[in-house]
Amino acid sequence: MMKYINLALRWLFFALIIKPIVKIVIGLRYQNTPILPQDGPALLIANHNSHLDTMVLISLLPLKILHKVQPVAAADYFLKNKFMAWFALNIIGILPIERQGKDKSVDPVGQCAEALNKGKILIFFPEGSRGEPEKMTDLKYGMVKLAEKCPKVPIYPVYMHGLGKTLPKGDALFVPFFCDVVFSEPMTYENSQESFYGEVKKRFADMQGSVKLPKWD
Amino acid sequence: MLFDFESMRTVTQVFMFLLAGLSLATVIGWALSLKNKQKDYTELKQRINSWWIMIGIFGLALLMGPLVTVLLFAMLSFIALKEYFSMTPTRLVDRKVLFWAYLTIPLQYYWIATGWYGMFIIFIPVYAFLFIPFRMVLAGDTKNYLRAVGNIHWGLMLTVFTLSHLAYLVMLPSEGEYQSLTMSGDGAALLLYLVMLTQLNDVAQYVWGKLMGTTPIAPTISPNKTREGLIGGVITTGVLAMILAVLLTPMIWWQGLLVGLGIGIAGFIGDVSLSAIKRDIGIKDSGQLIPGHGGILDRLDSLTFTAPLFFHVMRYFYF
Repeated sequence: MMKYINLALRWLFFALIIKPIVKIVIGLRYQNTPILPQDGPALLIANHNSHLDTMVLISLLPLKILHKVQPVAAADYFLKNKFMAWFALNIIGILPIERQGKDKSVDPVGQCAEALNKGKILIFFPEGSRGEPEKMTDLKYGMVKLAEKCPKVPIYPVYMHGLGKTLPKGDALFVPFFCDVVFSEPMTYENSQESFYGEVKKRFADMQGSVKLPKWD
Repeated sequence: MLFDFESMRTVTQVFMFLLAGLSLATVIGWALSLKNKQKDYTELKQRINSWWIMIGIFGLALLMGPLVTVLLFAMLSFIALKEYFSMTPTRLVDRKVLFWAYLTIPLQYYWIATGWYGMFIIFIPVYAFLFIPFRMVLAGDTKNYLRAVGNIHWGLMLTVFTLSHLAYLVMLPSEGEYQSLTMSGDGAALLLYLVMLTQLNDVAQYVWGKLMGTTPIAPTISPNKTREGLIGGVITTGVLAMILAVLLTPMIWWQGLLVGLGIGIAGFIGDVSLSAIKRDIGIKDSGQLIPGHGGILDRLDSLTFTAPLFFHVMRYFYF
């Protein structure tokens, strides 16, 4: 019962609050024709500059598959207190993973693979954390390991520009800027870890290059 | 009934003509794409479709009264300013300043909705002008300071101050009385007159340029703009303005002609000045909100120049 109430709340939250904010207050500008999964399992990988990244990516997907969408997020950050944990788990619908660090007993890649096997659409930020506004940091290998584990799952790279200006890390003031979104053909894991990593990196460099607007001074 | 048909009669009639003209353009678009199948008319069709939507929204707002019209233009100012800040270089340290810049929009349109002319006319050029550098000094970063403060001021003047004149037009009183927020008066007719002529002027200059343009007029800024296009467009606009003046404004025919020629020239300058900005930044369109047209600034560029000029001519002579 509680599950359905939470699902309904989640749907309302995105339909009535997040989508209007993303589409009207921020405003999306597609740099090319959107290429997005219509059903799970699928893996969305994107650059990460702002908490808004997740909101925009979820808003890109049709509401009817919202119940399958799970942004992958760090458990230690989002499950800090009770309210935030409820909100993150039920309303945003995150898949909480333990950051590996020194403790080798946790298996974040395995957790993600399990969700994909259940037909979920995962939102994954290969850079890890948000980093400096509007700058891309090096991609981590977690995404490659996940892709290797689920070689049949299509991977959709998405590049977003502008959200690091609208709501950067460490700032609570929301200042609207248009968000430019670039899409890329879906890819699947092939050959070796290194070559796949290089391919993903190249995709992001290409997408980043197609946005000619100013970053920060 | 949302509107007083009696006072809106001419507005509705002119609007019907506009819709008839657009229908004709739509039919011509279809005919062209049927006739030569190898040519791609997607952009032309997109443009015409977008015109339907833009004219539809504008017409509905006019009919629903001044309050809705003011809200519509507040929204347009917001999108235009956002587009402007998204395409020009801004500093991370100025995020709070940009937030204040956005806040001028509800205030400016509030002055308009309450008919407070004195505040409306000085708010951006005086108070916002002084407040923005004050807030920037508090941030304390002098690197690129002049460029940043100039950039924000220019954006506010262009997208908030000038465009808000369109909204104030609709608040101009009918026969010296206070203009109510629910019922349109003569102001709606003036607004329709200005917006219609400015937009038709853009189209006319484009068409004349395509038909017989040879001499570039601003080759370093807009290579496609020609002297023939400009002259043809200005004359077309002047003649239309002369005819429409009698229907929609307190002007007599020769005054309408003069104002129309002025709208033609000012519209051209507005268009070219935004082109100069885009060329400076190195982009073609300011955005892609309106299919076939580009961003909202690409559509409103001429109005940023014609709106304040037309407004003050009207106010000085007639209100």
